[in-house]
Amino acid sequence: MTATSTDPQVHPPAAGAHSHGGPVTKTGSPAERFTSRNPDDFAVPSGREEDWRFTPMRKLRSILRPYQSEGTEEVSLSGPQGARWSIVGRDHPRFGSVLRPADRVSALAFANVSDILFVEIDAEAQLSEPVNVTVAGKPGLNYGHVVVEAKPYSKATVVFDHTGNTTDTANVEFLLGDGAQLSVVTVQDWDSEAIHVSTHTALVGRDAQFDHVSVTLGGAIVRLSPTVRFAGPGGSAQLYGLSFAGAGQHFESRLYVDHAMPDCSSNVVYKSALDADSARTVWIGDVRIRPEATGTSTYELNRNLLLTEGARADSVPNLEIETGEITGAGHASATGRFDDLQLFYLQSRGIPEDEARRLVVRGFFADVLNHIKVAALHDRLMAAIDARLGGQPSDDAADSAADETGTA
Amino acid sequence: MSKLEIRGLHVNVEETEILKGVDLTVSSGETHAIMGPNGSGKSTLAYSIAGHPKYTITSGQVLLDGENVLEMAVDQRARAGLFLAMQYPVEVPGVSVSNFLRTAATAVRGEAPKLRTWVREVNAAMSVLEMDKSFAERNVNEGFSGGEKKRHEILQMALLQPKIAILDETDSGLDVDALRVVSEGVNRVRETGIGTLLITHYTRILRYIKPDFVHVFFDGRIVESGGAELADELEANGYARYGVNEPADTEAVTAGA
Ligand SMILES: Nc1ncnc2c1ncn2[C@@H]1O[C@H](COP(=O)(O)OP(=O)(O)OP(=O)(O)O)[C@@H](O)[C@H]1O
Ligand SMILES: [Mg+2]
Repeated sequence: MTATSTDPQVHPPAAGAHSHGGPVTKTGSPAERFTSRNPDDFAVPSGREEDWRFTPMRKLRSILRPYQSEGTEEVSLSGPQGARWSIVGRDHPRFGSVLRPADRVSALAFANVSDILFVEIDAEAQLSEPVNVTVAGKPGLNYGHVVVEAKPYSKATVVFDHTGNTTDTANVEFLLGDGAQLSVVTVQDWDSEAIHVSTHTALVGRDAQFDHVSVTLGGAIVRLSPTVRFAGPGGSAQLYGLSFAGAGQHFESRLYVDHAMPDCSSNVVYKSALDADSARTVWIGDVRIRPEATGTSTYELNRNLLLTEGARADSVPNLEIETGEITGAGHASATGRFDDLQLFYLQSRGIPEDEARRLVVRGFFADVLNHIKVAALHDRLMAAIDARLGGQPSDDAADSAADETGTA
Repeated sequence: MSKLEIRGLHVNVEETEILKGVDLTVSSGETHAIMGPNGSGKSTLAYSIAGHPKYTITSGQVLLDGENVLEMAVDQRARAGLFLAMQYPVEVPGVSVSNFLRTAATAVRGEAPKLRTWVREVNAAMSVLEMDKSFAERNVNEGFSGGEKKRHEILQMALLQPKIAILDETDSGLDVDALRVVSEGVNRVRETGIGTLLITHYTRILRYIKPDFVHVFFDGRIVESGGAELADELEANGYARYGVNEPADTEAVTAGA
């Protein structure tokens, strides 16, 4: 079958569910993933390497060697009281405090970036509104680096919003103090030529909660690598993702959750829909539970919806368990086409076929989108997805607004 | 007045002929019960009329008020006034009941119902079926019990106000209380004068929904037709005289509603 592929070395096959409760089969100690700050420690990838084998390398040639950042991205920020931001230099103590570059592009960006955006959330601050980081790109090569420090017991949402047409390689570090709750939404709504290769890496403090939602709707190549480590026990990480890939678009998500502390939990839900033969999505979900990470609870879900015949979605879950004393671990992955029965059911109630399709796709994405608590952003993304599906904006919003004024 | 005419209907599933010539006319105000043993083709008849993609019509006609139903898309059939309460309603993940009902009502009525009156209309229909309001926030058929699925089907029937409704084993999986409530819901819609084709394996629903005509379905066709008394005869003797050893008076499994 051309629609899916699964790495033969990993378990289980792409369609199927798998969970480990109770008695657990340990997988032994896999090799440590290689990381380095020196780009030269990573060979220039050819595309045959495990890390790069899904990525269209030809289009990435310009970012595999050091370049001069051309500064064609305009970054603007807004945020409420309790949040502060500034541009700092490489000598800032938080620069590199979380990141361990795991591929050449990340290491190159780390080695060559000069301006670092540093966002601080005050300890115990409860932000009333999100911190918005908007990145508007124009053609040109750019390095980016952001550090978000959520101090102990703070509660904040940070939204990254990428638009325009540019080439952007970046690293984003999230440092969560004890008990901090940091919610991140990153939107990749680039124009069709954009190339964006970025690592998002979080270090989650004791009892802290990290919530990360990635929504990719536009760009030629978007390759994001969200990575999570825990600095103390009791932390949790929720990693959600949505990709809607069209003609000529390659959207790749490479997740790594490294459990090395006891009593932490992680939950991954990534969904993609593909609506053109040349559309491509890749999801890699690596979770490692080290011997000291007793009481870990983790689950990974990846679902891909192929809206046309030729589209291709790759899904590679990989769970390495090195202790038997976990609460639960599992993963499920499935790639499929439109469910004819769902369409039949909706149409049998008079709903025209195109609208029935829209309902099914919206429903498919609902659990990821509903995870975005910023209402205006949620609605904007929903409208963008509707527009992609050829729909009119739903009248519900207008209706309920009218109703509210009516009763006021 | 509306009329659904089924003439000489032959239907295949893959290469197998399932319906072998069905003739039946259902008019407004009439209730026809179709009774038959497992596998006789009752659902095939219902799904074929609704336009399920799995079934191939090899010959015959289905007309609604003279219009050729078989040439219509599935959604057109519904907008023309046909409704099928399914034996196995389909889950649609992530789509809420309230969104689904409103989208369907908008499509069938040709315009979006006014929000305020709509909410009242839905609540009233739900209370007839003894459904909790919170039901509207759940996803379509996802995790519904057997009984909840059937109530949800009849809720749709009440809101979409079809000309002709086909109910495929709406009684199966309902306990006695739920059967009474769901039958009451069906009867309220029936009173508006629609035509009803009630498909069932067992006679017990006929105590609540009185048929004008009873048809015995066997091996892909109607083998006998009569009035309500034919159901009594089936209740007493089962399908034995058609060569099947299946009772028609009790239901083996009654899952909670
Ligand atoms: N894909 C298929 N290929 C061949 N035969 C099929 C297929 N699907 C269904 N059938 C057969 O079609 C026949 C009619 O099925 P149908 O569901 O219409 O029966 P029914 O009268 O509704 O039964 P029940 O009382 O169990 O609901 C059955 O014998 C069934 O096995
Ligand atoms: Mg049946």
